Amino acid sequence: MSQAGTEIVRASAHPGTVPGAGLNREFQVCKLVDTTTCIGCKACEVACLEWNGYTFTQTSFDNSYQTMPETAWNYWNLIKFNEHELADGRMMLLMRKDQCMHCEEPGCLEACPADSAIVQYANGIIDFQEEHCIGCGYCMTGCPFNIPKFSPDARKVFKCTLCNDRVSVGLEPACIKACPTGCLHFGTKGEMKELAETRAAQLRNVSGFADAGVYDPSGVGGTHVIYVLHDAKNPELYGGLPKNPHIPYSVKLWKMPLKWLGNLAIVGGIVGMALHYMRVGPKKEEPIPPDERRV
Amino acid sequence: MSTDAVQRTDAAANFDQELITRYTFAERINHWIGALTYIYLLITGLAFWSPYLYWLAAVVGGGPTARFAHPWVGLLFTASYFWTCIEWYRDMHIDAEDREWAHEIKNYINNEDDKLPPVGRFNWGQKLFFWGMFWSTILLLLSGFGLWFTEDISWKFHILRMTIILVHASVALITIGLFLIHVYMSTVLEEGSFGSMVHGYVTRAWAWTFHRKWYYQVSGTPRPKQ
Repeated sequence: MSQAGTEIVRASAHPGTVPGAGLNREFQVCKLVDTTTCIGCKACEVACLEWNGYTFTQTSFDNSYQTMPETAWNYWNLIKFNEHELADGRMMLLMRKDQCMHCEEPGCLEACPADSAIVQYANGIIDFQEEHCIGCGYCMTGCPFNIPKFSPDARKVFKCTLCNDRVSVGLEPACIKACPTGCLHFGTKGEMKELAETRAAQLRNVSGFADAGVYDPSGVGGTHVIYVLHDAKNPELYGGLPKNPHIPYSVKLWKMPLKWLGNLAIVGGIVGMALHYMRVGPKKEEPIPPDERRV
Repeated sequence: MSTDAVQRTDAAANFDQELITRYTFAERINHWIGALTYIYLLITGLAFWSPYLYWLAAVVGGGPTARFAHPWVGLLFTASYFWTCIEWYRDMHIDAEDREWAHEIKNYINNEDDKLPPVGRFNWGQKLFFWGMFWSTILLLLSGFGLWFTEDISWKFHILRMTIILVHASVALITIGLFLIHVYMSTVLEEGSFGSMVHGYVTRAWAWTFHRKWYYQVSGTPRPKQ
């Protein structure tokens, strides 16, 4: 964060150690979503719309409490409701707040062809710079979580900013502020990870959820939004949370080997043609043999 | 050298330089629609291809404009190519003689054209270019539609999104290869080719040298008895 540079490391005429010297501050931020204490009230959905200046759009009813099937370009925060039948026949209503995961290795950023349209801040937030976005939609293919959404009117792609505008001035994201049950937490990655693990252990040891755990997928280098799940072995149950998300192989193949092979082939081809011309020269027409002439 | 001999040489040269129509006005117009749209697609496509070439988008009006226009220009190119197919598919059939020619392509590369079997209106290389572009255009069109409307491909089929990115880029690379060879051969290598696509004419000697079977068909000069 911007304050990082103004930490005092030396002070004039100060006896002894400078206050705060040697302080190891963690700048990586993290949002913790404890799905086990979410009540599905959607206060976070409303807070997100309100802070980011979007009006409420028409919801679609699909025999579920869910506002709409998936997040939209102007609806970045969506509680996914999933009915799940346990082995003993009991029902559970799994509710998961879906939003950008702010991956450490973001597929959207990897796939984007436009200069500076997607940036990663030192605190881990992935932010779209719409003034640089060209609306190609490659980020929508690169993302393993189906988060970036295209606005046909703006012809640009939008997604959750982790309230970068709030976080950068020391406030917590709007969704966190609005949560009435305290299932949403915000802090440093280390703190949130610790809190999440404590909660997961409690669920395993006290509440009888043997498979409870923390979702912080390593396939994308970890995320800056992490979940506590009752059943961490089956994240798909929570509205299609991928078990092992990663940047699509086709994007990796396209951005590295294909790119360099292609560039090499183009340059090699041009050089080859130049050499060919220098070696064998132009093809010139030959005179027609006399017996084929009608003069 | 007697005056008589000089005159005869002049007459021979005049005969060799007589003009034959190689491409009709419609064929030439269509070729240049295809060429210009392809060049636009190439510039904008390369801009999206590499960060080091992103400045190319600025040359044609900026990134968002390039993204907006690329699919539409692509449709125009496809239409032009479709028209080309109607014009030329009969001349583009690859037959046994072409394969024989292909077998001796080394002579063509070494500019020893006199050692090659005579060819019709188009040689095997040109036919290969034509069919290469034909299949590439189809693949680029199909994958391009997917890239145009990515948001309409349901997340259930996101494997399709991933595939078309790779297909579009790979096939575009193939066309760049075809395009470079085509431009090199028709502007620099084979003298008289570029002009024929501008004004439509080639000389008798050019036709006799490079497309001898076609020359006998269209020139009114019978093929000599073997």
